[in-house]
Amino acid sequence: MYAQMVKTASSGVKSREEMSEQERVFQDKIDADIKIEPRDWMPDDYRATLVRQIGQHAHSEVVGQLPEGNWITRAPTLERKAILLAKVQDEAGHGLYLYSAAETLGVSRDQLIEDLLAGRMKYSSIFNYPTLNWADMGAVGWLVDGAAIINQVALQRTSYGPYSRAMVRICKEESFHARQGYHIMMKMAAGSVAQKQMAQDALNRLWFPVLMMFGPSDKDSVHTAQSMAWKIKMDTNDELRQKFVDQTVQQIEYLGLELPEPGIKWNDETGEYDYSDPDWSEFFNVIKGNGPGNVDRMKARRAAWDDGEWVRDGLMAHARKKAAAKVAAE
Amino acid sequence: MNNEWPLWEIFIRGQHGLSHRHVGSLHAPDAEMAIKNARDVYTRRNEGVSIWVVEAKHIAATAPGDKGPLYEPSESKVYRHPTFFDIPDEVGSM
Ligand SMILES: [Fe+2]
Ligand SMILES: [Fe+2]
Repeated sequence: MYAQMVKTASSGVKSREEMSEQERVFQDKIDADIKIEPRDWMPDDYRATLVRQIGQHAHSEVVGQLPEGNWITRAPTLERKAILLAKVQDEAGHGLYLYSAAETLGVSRDQLIEDLLAGRMKYSSIFNYPTLNWADMGAVGWLVDGAAIINQVALQRTSYGPYSRAMVRICKEESFHARQGYHIMMKMAAGSVAQKQMAQDALNRLWFPVLMMFGPSDKDSVHTAQSMAWKIKMDTNDELRQKFVDQTVQQIEYLGLELPEPGIKWNDETGEYDYSDPDWSEFFNVIKGNGPGNVDRMKARRAAWDDGEWVRDGLMAHARKKAAAKVAAE
Repeated sequence: MNNEWPLWEIFIRGQHGLSHRHVGSLHAPDAEMAIKNARDVYTRRNEGVSIWVVEAKHIAATAPGDKGPLYEPSESKVYRHPTFFDIPDEVGSM
């Protein structure tokens, strides 16, 4: 998802007998759905895993502004431009909420950003795919934010208080994102033959990369058990992916578009849609840094950080000077 | 020198005349910028009519371990609740 393949810092789920007294009290709170707050005792591995997960989630929100930011100046109408601008601005806010949640665990935001820029931390694979035309703005809002919503709604119940509260706030803002995207798709699917073709192409191109957002299939996901016991992962990757497919098929049909791949078929027995697996080798390759957009995205983030340094430093120097003058005057 | 902007805690009074409520945090070089940033981040959808910002390091808080000594004494004082007293219906509303 926005946090994919977060390596859980743990050597496996401990049984109650293996736990220390503190660990038992901690796990009991989690089992009773009592939130863990920043100053409560928590196992080091819980803290470390959360920093990775929330950090990766935060980075995804920020890097996720780039594919859409790419189209702000070329939106087809002033209204669409204002909407896209507001959507991308929301994503900056999401990044902030999540960095703040991570900071309550004792890391600094600057440190997290430096970890990203040095390649020690990741962001979601989806943002390494390019946005080629305006139809992609529709498909991204609808599918990428749609997939994010499924993950984030579940995470509202996560055990760590600040993370849970950030998710609640984010979820309130997300349905605007999905709806504005779907609205673009509705317009294009009902437009000229060429516009409908663009909408279909965007759906087809983004379908598998979006399925990959949920992370590898459960049988290849090694980190699930401990994270689920800690309630920092609420559902398995495949459960969330299935939910996404089931809700999206109907939306594709309403648009009058073709299904993006022939494997999508209703299954009477399971009561769910079957679908084809994405090419997982492509996924692992993108994660490794070899996707179509990895280099450009990191370059853009690095430039933003480096080019903004004089502003950050200048404002800080000004604030210190003002504070000193105030002290002198008193 | 460490030039990371300090952390501020943001409190917002919603539309309905309620108290300011903690909504989240942000980084800013000074109070003025903290208020501007809070406006941009936390009131984009008419969430508030007033903003307070406090630098996080100035907040004093109780420790989780103090829970017992701090809050247990009030558990035994049920008479602080109006429902403790049975008043006959004939008295009327009280
Ligand atoms: Fe977001
Ligand atoms: Fe979003």
